[in-house]
Amino acid sequence: MVYFIQQTLVFCIPLMIVALAGVFAERSGIINIALEGIMVFGAFIGVLFVRMFLNMGFGPESGQFILLVVVIITMIFGGLFALLLAYASINLKADQTIGGTALNLLAPALVLFLILIISQQNVLNINSRYSSADLFMLFQEDFGLGTSYENPLGVIGNILFNKVFLTTVYAIVLYIVLSIILMKTKFGLHLRACGEHPQAADSLGINVYKMRYIGTVISGCLAAFGGFIYALTAAGCTSNGDVAGLGFLALAVMIFGNWNPVSIALAALLFGALKCISVGYPYIDFNGDGIYALTKLPINSHIYRILPYLITLVVLAFTSKKSRAPKAEGQPYDKEKR
Amino acid sequence: MAGWLWFLLQLVIIAGFVTYLIISAKKAKQENRTTWFMKTWEKDSVKSIASSLMSIILGLLIGCLILFIMVLIPTQGSKLSMKSAIDGIQLIFSGIFNTGRNANGSLIFGFNSVNIGDMLFRATPLILTGLSVAVAFKTGLFNIGAPGQYLASTSVTLILALSIPTSVVHPIFVWIIAFFGGILVGALWGVVPGIFKALLNVNEVITCIMMNWISANLVTMLFDKQIGPFKNLLDPSGTKNLAYVFKTTHNGVATPKLGLDLIFEGSQVNFGIIIAIVIAILIHIILNKTTFGYQLKACGSNKNAAKYAGINDKVCTIVSMAIAGGLAGAAASLYYLAGNTEFAWETYQSLPAVGFNGIPVALLACNHPVGTVFSAIFISLLDVNGMQLKYMTPYNEYITSIITAIIVYFSAFSLLFKQILNGKIKINLKNIFKRNSEKTVETIEKETATEDKKEVIE
Repeated sequence: MVYFIQQTLVFCIPLMIVALAGVFAERSGIINIALEGIMVFGAFIGVLFVRMFLNMGFGPESGQFILLVVVIITMIFGGLFALLLAYASINLKADQTIGGTALNLLAPALVLFLILIISQQNVLNINSRYSSADLFMLFQEDFGLGTSYENPLGVIGNILFNKVFLTTVYAIVLYIVLSIILMKTKFGLHLRACGEHPQAADSLGINVYKMRYIGTVISGCLAAFGGFIYALTAAGCTSNGDVAGLGFLALAVMIFGNWNPVSIALAALLFGALKCISVGYPYIDFNGDGIYALTKLPINSHIYRILPYLITLVVLAFTSKKSRAPKAEGQPYDKEKR
Repeated sequence: MAGWLWFLLQLVIIAGFVTYLIISAKKAKQENRTTWFMKTWEKDSVKSIASSLMSIILGLLIGCLILFIMVLIPTQGSKLSMKSAIDGIQLIFSGIFNTGRNANGSLIFGFNSVNIGDMLFRATPLILTGLSVAVAFKTGLFNIGAPGQYLASTSVTLILALSIPTSVVHPIFVWIIAFFGGILVGALWGVVPGIFKALLNVNEVITCIMMNWISANLVTMLFDKQIGPFKNLLDPSGTKNLAYVFKTTHNGVATPKLGLDLIFEGSQVNFGIIIAIVIAILIHIILNKTTFGYQLKACGSNKNAAKYAGINDKVCTIVSMAIAGGLAGAAASLYYLAGNTEFAWETYQSLPAVGFNGIPVALLACNHPVGTVFSAIFISLLDVNGMQLKYMTPYNEYITSIITAIIVYFSAFSLLFKQILNGKIKINLKNIFKRNSEKTVETIEKETATEDKKEVIE
């Protein structure tokens, strides 16, 4: 059970934060199909800077400090990368899907090109001395809960206070704060207006171009952060120009969650659980009786991998009439158009 | 040094030609007559080609710039030097003619039959995936599902080609069954987003992406070495260790070479390239010379007008996606029926690049079916040059993927390039970097107005 919940969180957190990234872009009127590309880029930048800090002589004792700095750097670079999409689709009024596809092609190519030159192999590791991401992991003794095998807080203690990364906390806090900003503040209302009816927004004195820039850049920051979380938690702090299609899955989560942060959090949990089952189904023990229930079922393990995508298709088929997609997404804003 | 001279010669010839054109055009303008060049320039297709060339040149220049920047950034254990950057640039432009290095360690160039043949071989699937994307574009759809259609077709082609016993059925018929089986499955994979778009009004990009990943996982499931139903088709020999499916030659099925291997000795080229070109011409005829093709294009340019004219836009959308899927399927069939290509079945984490590269092929060709032949050959030329870069310098082949991505990025605003070429927007760095592009248009109008006034005064 503990394994199941922790593994679900491993996939759920990046899915959630990257889906929110998609929401910020689309609610401002820009289709951000480049989420996957930005995630790949973010994962690379994160691992690269961790590697640089470790090579500069920072040790495990300043692990959490390095993590925070790297997260901030990753977000800045992600924002810069998203500027490419913003410039093409806002100023040059290019087709947003093609622009996003270009970034999706560019990111893995650029990342693999640099990785091969930097490390002479297909994978970028953090460092030869510290081979895994355990460096940044917090164990129960870090929380003052002793070193005994039995956690004093029981199952909850094991889930929340053992073998956890602080990035999870950052991500959840960021998610809540940004969701409130998007849904409850004046700024958020302005941003959403630009995605629903930019002409009306403009007539009220909102700078549509500026709002769309902000939306896309925030989207880039979050997607890059999500990519780094994936690299840190699921890939053991390595980067190989690939995030296993998580960016596209995040798009599915966003649609499934109807562009609404609360529903997206729930959708991310569901998809995270499915992803977790597909990856780790032989090790999942739901009720702690030592029987791995899923291995007993006559279901092909690949079915679990297909399920998230299949569910999205079915949901799309049934909810297309009620879909709350931003009305002006994908359309370049042209002042002269009425 | 020969490579440098050859490169300089190319530059001089191009520069000379362009200056000749400009000078003759200016002279003709003064004498109030038109040259052949000005007449052709008026055509829209010429401007499309010119704007594609602009994206290509920008992409190549940025690629070269990256090679230089990598030299300047110091990294640990880096083997890069100024010489490798210069070699790299030569190879990006003319790696296909590279025949190795001479005793002094500098690159030598000449006719390399292996490279040119391989270029044609790699272009075969690209032509078809490019066509797939282009046909969808013509109907106003963005077929980003080509990788999924390609994969689905790959698995079915391989299963059919390997499991029909050639002792019973003649290999040629097996080839034909496998080829059309692949096309059919590709079409099936393409028709799903088409139906979703036509009947349920769901954006085809999203459904295509979902279909891609379903396909990637399904293919892995079919060939899984432990539980897959077709695990007996995996190659168990030592180094392969069940990671690849057998080549189709294992069952005696392969595309005939038809003497092409005599022209390009030692390369993988085969009859497939000719089939691909024929399909491209067929699609061109269907799109431009038949009522059906006209209907497809009408739906693409204005759906409401097409509906008003009595065209069933829903059928158009579905059929167009089916054709697009079938073309992507044909790409996979031709590539894997060649008999010298292996398929790594564990695809669930990444999609084939050939499918995505259909997008730059279609964009560079401005969605013209015959144009895709040339742009596909160009993209595969870049691929071959990239492999040369990998073998001859400390760089790697991913630089060509970077260049391709940059070309796609610039193709996204080919409209802007066309406007520049039409003289509607003048290249002015100040204007381009202004935040509000509305202002640029206004200033341009003002500028042109003042220019007009000046002329009147004169």
